[in-house]
Amino acid sequence: MTGPSTLVNRLLAHKATKPVLWTLLALPLAWLLWGAINDKLGANPAEALIRGLGDWTLRGLVLTLAITPLRQWTGWHQLLRHRRAIGVATFIYGTLHWLAYAWLDQGLEIDALLKDVAKRPFILVGTLAWLLLLPLAATSFNRAIKALGGRRWQALHRAIYAIAVLAILHFFWMRSGKHLYGEVAVYASIVGLLLGWRLRNAWRQRTQVPARPAPATHAG
Amino acid sequence: LRGARSGVAGALVMDKPTPYDDVTSYNNFYEFGTDKHDPAQTAQRLKPRPWTVSIEGEVKKPKVYDLDELLKLAPMEERIYRLRCVEGWSMVIPWVGYSLAELIKRVEPAGNAKFVQFTTLADKAQMPGLRSGVLDWPYTEGLRLDEAMHPLALLTFGLYGEVLPNQNGAPVRIVLPWKYGFKSAKSIVKIRFVEKQPVSSWERANPSEYGFYSNVNPQVDHPRWSQATERRIGDDGLFAKRRQTLMFNGYEAQVGQLYAGMDLKKQF
Repeated sequence: MTGPSTLVNRLLAHKATKPVLWTLLALPLAWLLWGAINDKLGANPAEALIRGLGDWTLRGLVLTLAITPLRQWTGWHQLLRHRRAIGVATFIYGTLHWLAYAWLDQGLEIDALLKDVAKRPFILVGTLAWLLLLPLAATSFNRAIKALGGRRWQALHRAIYAIAVLAILHFFWMRSGKHLYGEVAVYASIVGLLLGWRLRNAWRQRTQVPARPAPATHAG
Repeated sequence: LRGARSGVAGALVMDKPTPYDDVTSYNNFYEFGTDKHDPAQTAQRLKPRPWTVSIEGEVKKPKVYDLDELLKLAPMEERIYRLRCVEGWSMVIPWVGYSLAELIKRVEPAGNAKFVQFTTLADKAQMPGLRSGVLDWPYTEGLRLDEAMHPLALLTFGLYGEVLPNQNGAPVRIVLPWKYGFKSAKSIVKIRFVEKQPVSSWERANPSEYGFYSNVNPQVDHPRWSQATERRIGDDGLFAKRRQTLMFNGYEAQVGQLYAGMDLKKQF
Protein backbone atom coordinates (compact mmCIF):
# COMPACT_ATOMS: atom_id res chain seq x y z
CA MET A 1 0.00 0.00 0.00
CA THR A 2 1.30 3.42 -0.94
CA GLY A 3 -0.09 6.91 -0.56
CA PRO A 4 0.04 9.90 1.72
CA SER A 5 -0.92 7.99 4.87
CA THR A 6 1.99 5.58 4.54
CA LEU A 7 4.40 8.45 3.93
CA VAL A 8 3.15 10.19 7.08
CA ASN A 9 3.39 6.91 8.97
CA ARG A 10 6.97 6.43 7.83
CA LEU A 11 7.82 9.94 8.96
CA LEU A 12 6.09 9.39 12.30
CA ALA A 13 8.07 6.19 12.82
CA HIS A 14 11.39 7.81 11.90
CA LYS A 15 13.83 7.90 14.80
CA ALA A 16 14.37 11.65 14.43
CA THR A 17 10.69 12.35 15.06
CA LYS A 18 10.88 11.79 18.78
CA PRO A 19 13.53 14.43 19.55
CA VAL A 20 11.80 16.85 17.17
CA LEU A 21 8.52 16.30 18.98
CA TRP A 22 10.09 16.81 22.40
CA THR A 23 11.70 20.01 21.17
CA LEU A 24 8.32 21.26 19.97
CA LEU A 25 6.71 20.31 23.27
CA ALA A 26 9.41 22.18 25.18
CA LEU A 27 9.14 25.37 23.10
CA PRO A 28 6.22 27.00 24.96
CA LEU A 29 7.96 26.40 28.26
CA ALA A 30 11.23 27.79 26.93
CA TRP A 31 9.36 30.83 25.63
CA LEU A 32 7.65 31.44 29.00
CA LEU A 33 10.88 30.98 30.95
CA TRP A 34 12.76 33.28 28.60
CA GLY A 35 10.01 35.86 29.10
CA ALA A 36 10.11 35.48 32.87
CA ILE A 37 13.89 35.88 33.04
CA ASN A 38 14.00 38.83 30.65
CA ASP A 39 10.92 40.56 32.08
CA LYS A 40 8.97 40.20 28.82
CA LEU A 41 5.76 38.82 30.28
CA GLY A 42 4.02 42.18 30.54
CA ALA A 43 2.88 44.15 33.55
CA ASN A 44 1.79 41.14 35.61
CA PRO A 45 4.41 38.45 34.92
CA ALA A 46 3.18 36.09 37.65
CA GLU A 47 -0.28 36.00 36.15
CA ALA A 48 1.08 35.67 32.61
CA LEU A 49 3.26 32.73 33.67
CA ILE A 50 0.51 30.94 35.59
CA ARG A 51 -2.01 31.43 32.79
CA GLY A 52 0.45 30.57 30.04
CA LEU A 53 1.28 27.27 31.73
CA GLY A 54 -2.45 26.60 32.20
CA ASP A 55 -3.18 27.31 28.54
CA TRP A 56 -0.51 24.85 27.43
CA THR A 57 -1.76 22.19 29.85
CA LEU A 58 -5.19 22.48 28.27
CA ARG A 59 -3.72 22.36 24.77
CA GLY A 60 -1.70 19.28 25.77
CA LEU A 61 -4.85 17.56 27.01
CA VAL A 62 -6.61 18.33 23.75
CA LEU A 63 -3.67 16.99 21.73
CA THR A 64 -3.50 13.80 23.79
CA LEU A 65 -7.21 13.20 23.33
CA ALA A 66 -6.97 13.94 19.62
CA ILE A 67 -4.48 11.15 18.87
CA THR A 68 -6.93 8.26 18.67
CA PRO A 69 -9.64 10.01 16.59
CA LEU A 70 -6.95 11.45 14.33
CA ARG A 71 -5.46 7.99 13.80
CA GLN A 72 -8.84 6.62 12.80
CA TRP A 73 -9.73 9.48 10.49
CA THR A 74 -6.39 9.71 8.72
CA GLY A 75 -4.87 6.27 8.96
CA TRP A 76 -1.77 7.78 10.59
CA HIS A 77 -1.51 4.89 13.00
CA GLN A 78 2.09 5.68 13.92
CA LEU A 79 0.76 8.68 15.85
CA LEU A 80 0.17 6.28 18.69
CA ARG A 81 3.87 5.90 19.43
CA HIS A 82 4.01 9.63 20.28
CA ARG A 83 0.98 9.88 22.51
CA ARG A 84 2.99 9.10 25.61
CA ALA A 85 5.37 12.01 25.03
CA ILE A 86 2.48 14.41 24.59
CA GLY A 87 0.79 13.05 27.69
CA VAL A 88 3.93 13.31 29.81
CA ALA A 89 4.55 16.86 28.55
CA THR A 90 0.96 17.74 29.47
CA PHE A 91 1.59 16.42 32.97
CA ILE A 92 4.76 18.53 33.22
CA TYR A 93 2.89 21.68 32.13
CA GLY A 94 0.07 20.90 34.55
CA THR A 95 2.52 20.40 37.40
CA LEU A 96 4.36 23.65 36.62
CA HIS A 97 0.99 25.42 36.33
CA TRP A 98 -0.01 24.25 39.79
CA LEU A 99 3.43 24.99 41.28
CA ALA A 100 3.50 28.47 39.73
CA TYR A 101 0.09 29.18 41.28
CA ALA A 102 1.12 27.80 44.69
CA TRP A 103 4.38 29.69 44.67
CA LEU A 104 3.77 32.97 42.82
CA ASP A 105 0.17 33.49 43.87
CA GLN A 106 0.09 31.93 47.34
CA GLY A 107 3.73 32.23 48.44
CA LEU A 108 3.86 28.46 49.12
CA GLU A 109 1.94 29.00 52.35
CA ILE A 110 -0.20 25.98 53.19
CA ASP A 111 -2.62 28.12 55.17
CA ALA A 112 -3.16 30.56 52.32
CA LEU A 113 -3.47 27.68 49.85
CA LEU A 114 -6.15 25.91 51.86
CA LYS A 115 -8.12 29.12 52.30
CA ASP A 116 -7.87 29.85 48.61
CA VAL A 117 -9.05 26.39 47.63
CA ALA A 118 -12.04 26.75 49.96
CA LYS A 119 -12.82 30.20 48.53
CA ARG A 120 -12.41 29.39 44.87
CA PRO A 121 -14.02 26.18 43.59
CA PHE A 122 -12.17 26.56 40.29
CA ILE A 123 -8.88 26.10 42.18
CA LEU A 124 -10.25 22.97 43.81
CA VAL A 125 -11.37 21.56 40.47
CA GLY A 126 -8.03 22.39 38.86
CA THR A 127 -6.13 20.79 41.74
CA LEU A 128 -8.31 17.70 41.47
CA ALA A 129 -7.57 17.45 37.75
CA TRP A 130 -3.85 17.67 38.46
CA LEU A 131 -4.06 15.03 41.21
CA LEU A 132 -5.80 12.70 38.78
CA LEU A 133 -2.91 13.20 36.37
CA LEU A 134 -0.44 11.85 38.94
CA PRO A 135 -1.29 8.12 38.64
CA LEU A 136 -1.31 8.43 34.86
CA ALA A 137 2.14 10.02 34.83
CA ALA A 138 3.37 7.41 37.33
CA THR A 139 2.32 4.56 35.03
CA SER A 140 3.53 6.03 31.77
CA PHE A 141 6.40 3.61 31.15
CA ASN A 142 6.46 0.10 29.69
CA ARG A 143 7.15 -1.77 32.93
CA ALA A 144 4.06 -0.22 34.51
CA ILE A 145 1.94 -1.30 31.57
CA LYS A 146 3.26 -4.84 31.91
CA ALA A 147 2.82 -4.89 35.66
CA LEU A 148 -0.75 -3.63 35.46
CA GLY A 149 -1.74 -5.58 32.41
CA GLY A 150 -2.94 -3.80 29.28
CA ARG A 151 -6.61 -3.88 30.15
CA ARG A 152 -6.21 -2.40 33.63
CA TRP A 153 -3.69 0.12 32.39
CA GLN A 154 -6.14 1.24 29.75
CA ALA A 155 -8.96 1.49 32.27
CA LEU A 156 -6.78 3.62 34.54
CA HIS A 157 -5.78 5.91 31.71
CA ARG A 158 -9.39 6.53 30.79
CA ALA A 159 -9.21 8.96 33.73
CA ILE A 160 -7.96 11.39 31.07
CA TYR A 161 -11.62 11.90 30.06
CA ALA A 162 -12.55 13.04 33.55
CA ILE A 163 -9.42 15.19 33.71
CA ALA A 164 -10.34 16.94 30.47
CA VAL A 165 -13.85 17.67 31.71
CA LEU A 166 -12.50 19.00 35.03
CA ALA A 167 -9.98 21.15 33.17
CA ILE A 168 -12.75 22.72 31.09
CA LEU A 169 -14.83 23.33 34.21
CA HIS A 170 -11.75 24.90 35.87
CA PHE A 171 -11.25 27.23 32.90
CA PHE A 172 -14.96 28.07 32.71
CA TRP A 173 -15.19 29.03 36.39
CA MET A 174 -11.97 30.98 36.18
CA ARG A 175 -13.34 33.09 33.36
CA SER A 176 -16.92 33.39 34.65
CA GLY A 177 -16.02 36.17 37.10
CA LYS A 178 -15.67 38.55 34.19
CA HIS A 179 -18.10 36.94 31.75
CA LEU A 180 -15.37 35.91 29.31
CA TYR A 181 -16.61 32.73 27.70
CA GLY A 182 -15.27 32.95 24.14
CA GLU A 183 -12.08 30.94 24.59
CA VAL A 184 -13.76 28.55 27.00
CA ALA A 185 -16.37 27.77 24.33
CA VAL A 186 -13.64 26.94 21.80
CA TYR A 187 -11.88 24.47 24.11
CA ALA A 188 -15.16 23.02 25.38
CA SER A 189 -16.31 22.36 21.81
CA ILE A 190 -13.08 20.61 20.87
CA VAL A 191 -13.06 18.46 24.01
CA GLY A 192 -16.78 17.80 23.50
CA LEU A 193 -16.12 16.66 19.94
CA LEU A 194 -13.23 14.38 20.97
CA LEU A 195 -15.15 12.80 23.84
CA GLY A 196 -18.40 12.65 21.85
CA TRP A 197 -16.64 10.72 19.11
CA ARG A 198 -15.55 8.12 21.69
CA LEU A 199 -19.04 7.88 23.14
CA ARG A 200 -20.45 7.29 19.70
CA ASN A 201 -17.87 4.56 19.05
CA ALA A 202 -18.59 2.87 22.34
CA TRP A 203 -22.29 2.97 21.56
CA ARG A 204 -21.78 1.53 18.08
CA GLN A 205 -19.57 -1.26 19.36
CA ARG A 206 -22.13 -2.20 21.93
CA THR A 207 -24.93 -2.36 19.39
CA GLN A 208 -22.97 -3.81 16.48
CA VAL A 209 -20.80 -6.49 18.06
CA PRO A 210 -23.37 -9.31 17.74
CA ALA A 211 -23.99 -8.48 14.08
CA ARG A 212 -20.34 -8.95 13.15
CA PRO A 213 -18.79 -11.92 14.94
CA ALA A 214 -15.00 -12.00 14.72
CA PRO A 215 -13.68 -14.54 12.19
CA ALA A 216 -12.42 -17.73 13.82
CA THR A 217 -8.92 -17.25 12.43
CA HIS A 218 -8.42 -14.18 14.63
CA ALA A 219 -9.11 -16.07 17.80
CA GLY A 220 -6.34 -17.08 20.09
CA LEU B 1 -0.63 68.51 30.92
CA ARG B 2 0.94 69.81 34.08
CA GLY B 3 -0.60 69.89 37.52
CA ALA B 4 0.50 71.59 40.73
CA ARG B 5 1.12 69.36 43.74
CA SER B 6 -2.26 68.79 45.33
CA GLY B 7 -2.97 70.09 48.82
CA VAL B 8 -5.91 67.73 49.35
CA ALA B 9 -5.39 65.37 52.30
CA GLY B 10 -4.32 61.92 51.12
CA ALA B 11 -3.78 63.07 47.54
CA LEU B 12 -0.06 62.26 47.40
CA VAL B 13 0.76 58.75 48.59
CA MET B 14 4.38 57.88 49.24
CA ASP B 15 4.30 54.55 47.36
CA LYS B 16 6.55 54.24 44.34
CA PRO B 17 4.57 54.99 41.15
CA THR B 18 3.99 52.08 38.78
CA PRO B 19 6.08 52.43 35.60
CA TYR B 20 4.37 54.37 32.81
CA ASP B 21 4.59 51.40 30.42
CA ASP B 22 2.68 49.16 32.83
CA VAL B 23 0.06 51.83 33.53
CA THR B 24 -0.57 52.25 29.81
CA SER B 25 -0.36 48.61 28.67
CA TYR B 26 -2.30 46.69 31.34
CA ASN B 27 -5.84 48.02 31.22
CA ASN B 28 -9.36 46.82 31.82
CA PHE B 29 -11.38 48.82 29.31
CA TYR B 30 -13.81 46.35 27.77
CA GLU B 31 -14.97 48.80 25.10
CA PHE B 32 -11.58 48.12 23.53
CA GLY B 33 -11.44 44.37 24.15
CA THR B 34 -11.51 42.05 27.11
CA ASP B 35 -7.83 41.17 27.23
CA LYS B 36 -5.83 43.57 29.36
CA HIS B 37 -3.44 44.14 26.50
CA ASP B 38 -6.20 44.92 23.99
CA PRO B 39 -6.90 48.58 24.90
CA ALA B 40 -3.30 49.66 24.28
CA GLN B 41 -3.63 48.20 20.76
CA THR B 42 -7.16 49.17 19.76
CA ALA B 43 -7.82 52.42 21.64
CA GLN B 44 -5.93 54.35 18.99
CA ARG B 45 -9.24 54.42 17.12
CA LEU B 46 -10.76 56.63 19.80
CA LYS B 47 -11.00 60.30 18.86
CA PRO B 48 -10.69 62.25 22.11
CA ARG B 49 -11.34 65.53 20.33
CA PRO B 50 -13.74 67.15 19.78
CA TRP B 51 -15.45 65.93 22.98
CA THR B 52 -18.33 67.10 25.08
CA VAL B 53 -19.68 66.09 28.46
CA SER B 54 -23.36 66.60 29.04
CA ILE B 55 -24.44 67.53 32.58
CA GLU B 56 -28.06 66.56 33.02
CA GLY B 57 -30.81 65.71 35.46
CA GLU B 58 -31.53 67.33 38.79
CA VAL B 59 -29.28 70.37 38.48
CA LYS B 60 -30.01 74.06 38.34
CA LYS B 61 -27.51 74.64 35.55
CA PRO B 62 -27.55 71.73 33.11
CA LYS B 63 -25.02 72.25 30.38
CA VAL B 64 -23.06 70.53 27.63
CA TYR B 65 -19.41 71.24 28.41
CA ASP B 66 -16.82 71.29 25.72
CA LEU B 67 -13.58 69.56 26.69
CA ASP B 68 -11.65 72.85 26.49
CA GLU B 69 -14.06 74.43 28.94
CA LEU B 70 -13.60 71.53 31.35
CA LEU B 71 -9.83 71.78 31.06
CA LYS B 72 -9.99 75.44 32.14
CA LEU B 73 -12.66 75.04 34.78
CA ALA B 74 -10.28 74.65 37.74
CA PRO B 75 -6.50 74.50 38.29
CA MET B 76 -4.94 71.15 37.43
CA GLU B 77 -3.42 69.19 40.31
CA GLU B 78 -1.14 66.18 40.38
CA ARG B 79 -2.48 63.41 42.60
CA ILE B 80 -0.58 60.21 43.28
CA TYR B 81 -3.20 57.58 44.04
CA ARG B 82 -3.20 53.88 44.69
CA LEU B 83 -5.49 51.99 42.31
CA ARG B 84 -6.84 48.63 43.45
CA CYS B 85 -8.52 46.41 40.89
CA VAL B 86 -11.28 44.05 42.03
CA GLU B 87 -9.22 41.27 40.41
CA GLY B 88 -6.53 41.54 43.09
CA TRP B 89 -3.82 43.71 41.58
CA SER B 90 -2.86 47.30 42.24
CA MET B 91 -0.91 50.20 40.82
CA VAL B 92 0.22 53.64 41.94
CA ILE B 93 -0.55 56.32 39.36
CA PRO B 94 0.23 60.04 39.21
CA TRP B 95 -3.01 61.45 37.79
CA VAL B 96 -3.66 65.01 36.65
CA GLY B 97 -7.03 66.65 37.21
CA TYR B 98 -9.10 68.45 39.78
CA SER B 99 -11.75 67.48 42.32
CA LEU B 100 -15.01 66.47 40.71
CA ALA B 101 -16.62 68.72 43.34
CA GLU B 102 -15.37 71.76 41.38
CA LEU B 103 -17.62 70.83 38.47
CA ILE B 104 -20.52 69.75 40.67
CA LYS B 105 -20.53 73.07 42.53
CA ARG B 106 -20.77 74.98 39.26
CA VAL B 107 -23.80 73.08 37.98
CA GLU B 108 -25.62 73.42 41.33
CA PRO B 109 -27.38 70.12 42.09
CA ALA B 110 -31.05 70.50 43.04
CA GLY B 111 -32.25 69.53 46.50
CA ASN B 112 -33.54 66.17 45.31
CA ALA B 113 -30.27 65.16 43.60
CA LYS B 114 -28.96 62.31 45.76
CA PHE B 115 -26.85 60.32 43.29
CA VAL B 116 -24.64 60.92 40.28
CA GLN B 117 -24.53 58.63 37.25
CA PHE B 118 -21.61 58.56 34.82
CA THR B 119 -21.91 57.27 31.27
CA THR B 120 -19.01 56.17 29.10
CA LEU B 121 -18.91 56.69 25.34
CA ALA B 122 -20.37 53.75 23.38
CA ASP B 123 -19.50 54.20 19.71
CA LYS B 124 -19.03 51.04 17.65
CA ALA B 125 -16.95 52.88 15.08
CA GLN B 126 -14.34 53.78 17.67
CA MET B 127 -14.71 50.93 20.14
CA PRO B 128 -14.31 47.40 18.71
CA GLY B 129 -15.08 45.80 22.08
CA LEU B 130 -18.71 46.89 21.90
CA ARG B 131 -19.37 43.98 19.54
CA SER B 132 -19.02 41.61 22.48
CA GLY B 133 -21.94 41.07 24.78
CA VAL B 134 -19.88 40.96 27.97
CA LEU B 135 -21.74 43.95 29.42
CA ASP B 136 -24.71 46.11 28.51
CA TRP B 137 -23.44 49.18 26.73
CA PRO B 138 -22.99 52.02 27.38
CA TYR B 139 -21.00 51.47 30.56
CA THR B 140 -22.50 53.32 33.48
CA GLU B 141 -21.28 53.92 36.99
CA GLY B 142 -22.75 55.74 39.96
CA LEU B 143 -21.93 57.44 43.23
CA ARG B 144 -23.81 58.93 46.10
CA LEU B 145 -23.68 62.73 45.82
CA ASP B 146 -21.59 63.07 48.99
CA GLU B 147 -19.09 60.53 47.62
CA ALA B 148 -18.88 62.45 44.36
CA MET B 149 -18.34 65.68 46.33
CA HIS B 150 -15.43 64.20 48.30
CA PRO B 151 -12.24 66.10 47.44
CA LEU B 152 -10.40 62.85 46.60
CA ALA B 153 -12.90 62.07 43.81
CA LEU B 154 -10.89 63.26 40.84
CA LEU B 155 -12.09 64.47 37.46
CA THR B 156 -9.08 63.28 35.53
CA PHE B 157 -7.50 64.52 32.30
CA GLY B 158 -3.95 63.24 32.47
CA LEU B 159 -1.37 60.93 33.99
CA TYR B 160 2.38 61.18 34.40
CA GLY B 161 2.18 64.86 33.48
CA GLU B 162 0.68 64.21 30.05
CA VAL B 163 -2.75 64.06 28.49
CA LEU B 164 -4.57 60.78 29.26
CA PRO B 165 -3.62 58.06 26.79
CA ASN B 166 -6.75 56.71 25.06
CA GLN B 167 -6.52 53.32 26.77
CA ASN B 168 -6.61 55.01 30.18
CA GLY B 169 -9.95 56.73 29.53
CA ALA B 170 -9.21 59.77 27.39
CA PRO B 171 -10.08 62.53 27.32
CA VAL B 172 -11.83 62.69 30.70
CA ARG B 173 -12.59 60.12 33.38
CA ILE B 174 -13.12 59.90 37.09
CA VAL B 175 -10.74 58.31 39.59
CA LEU B 176 -11.99 57.14 42.99
CA PRO B 177 -8.94 55.79 44.81
CA TRP B 178 -10.85 54.18 47.70
CA LYS B 179 -13.07 52.08 45.43
CA TYR B 180 -12.30 49.14 43.14
CA GLY B 181 -11.02 50.33 39.79
CA PHE B 182 -14.15 49.57 37.76
CA LYS B 183 -16.01 52.34 39.64
CA SER B 184 -13.71 54.88 37.99
CA ALA B 185 -15.59 55.32 34.70
CA LYS B 186 -13.53 56.20 31.64
CA SER B 187 -14.12 58.35 28.55
CA ILE B 188 -17.14 60.02 30.11
CA VAL B 189 -19.79 61.66 27.89
CA LYS B 190 -22.58 62.19 30.40
CA ILE B 191 -22.94 63.03 34.07
CA ARG B 192 -26.50 62.81 35.31
CA PHE B 193 -27.80 63.86 38.73
CA VAL B 194 -30.65 61.67 39.95
CA GLU B 195 -32.84 61.08 42.95
CA LYS B 196 -32.73 57.27 43.02
CA GLN B 197 -29.65 55.06 43.31
CA PRO B 198 -28.56 54.24 39.75
CA VAL B 199 -27.55 50.72 38.69
CA SER B 200 -23.92 50.33 37.63
CA SER B 201 -22.91 48.13 34.70
CA TRP B 202 -21.17 45.45 36.75
CA GLU B 203 -23.94 45.52 39.31
CA ARG B 204 -26.48 44.88 36.55
CA ALA B 205 -24.34 42.06 35.12
CA ASN B 206 -23.95 40.32 38.47
CA PRO B 207 -25.61 41.95 41.49
CA SER B 208 -24.47 39.28 43.95
CA GLU B 209 -20.81 39.86 43.08
CA TYR B 210 -20.50 43.57 42.36
CA GLY B 211 -22.17 46.00 44.72
CA PHE B 212 -23.08 49.64 44.19
CA TYR B 213 -20.47 50.88 46.65
CA SER B 214 -17.58 48.55 45.82
CA ASN B 215 -15.31 50.16 48.36
CA VAL B 216 -11.94 48.44 48.69
CA ASN B 217 -12.36 46.25 51.74
CA PRO B 218 -9.99 43.42 52.70
CA GLN B 219 -12.58 42.03 55.14
CA VAL B 220 -15.32 41.63 52.57
CA ASP B 221 -14.34 39.04 50.00
CA HIS B 222 -15.65 38.94 46.51
CA PRO B 223 -18.03 35.94 46.70
CA ARG B 224 -15.57 33.83 44.77
CA TRP B 225 -12.15 35.08 45.79
CA SER B 226 -10.38 36.77 48.67
CA GLN B 227 -9.78 40.52 48.69
CA ALA B 228 -7.32 40.37 51.59
CA THR B 229 -4.19 40.73 49.47
CA GLU B 230 -3.07 42.26 46.21
CA ARG B 231 -0.23 42.10 43.72
CA ARG B 232 1.44 45.44 43.07
CA ILE B 233 2.09 45.73 39.34
CA GLY B 234 5.60 46.65 38.23
CA ASP B 235 7.13 47.27 41.60
CA ASP B 236 7.04 43.74 42.93
CA GLY B 237 9.14 41.09 41.20
CA LEU B 238 7.91 37.72 40.03
CA PHE B 239 8.59 36.10 43.39
CA ALA B 240 7.49 38.96 45.64
CA LYS B 241 4.81 38.20 48.17
CA ARG B 242 1.38 39.73 47.70
CA ARG B 243 0.68 42.81 49.82
CA GLN B 244 -2.00 43.17 52.42
CA THR B 245 -4.91 45.19 51.04
CA LEU B 246 -5.79 48.21 53.16
CA MET B 247 -9.27 49.28 54.27
CA PHE B 248 -10.64 51.77 51.74
CA ASN B 249 -7.37 51.16 49.90
CA GLY B 250 -5.55 53.12 52.61
CA TYR B 251 -7.87 56.15 52.42
CA GLU B 252 -9.89 55.31 55.53
CA ALA B 253 -8.84 58.49 57.35
CA GLN B 254 -10.18 60.59 54.49
CA VAL B 255 -13.33 58.73 53.39
CA GLY B 256 -14.28 56.56 56.39
CA GLN B 257 -16.86 59.02 57.70
CA LEU B 258 -18.85 58.75 54.44
CA TYR B 259 -19.81 55.23 55.50
CA ALA B 260 -20.25 55.68 59.24
CA GLY B 261 -22.98 53.44 60.58
CA MET B 262 -23.27 51.38 57.39
CA ASP B 263 -22.94 47.60 57.36
CA LEU B 264 -20.23 47.27 54.73
CA LYS B 265 -20.76 43.51 54.47
CA LYS B 266 -24.31 44.13 53.26
CA GLN B 267 -23.64 47.32 51.35
CA PHE B 268 -20.54 46.09 49.61
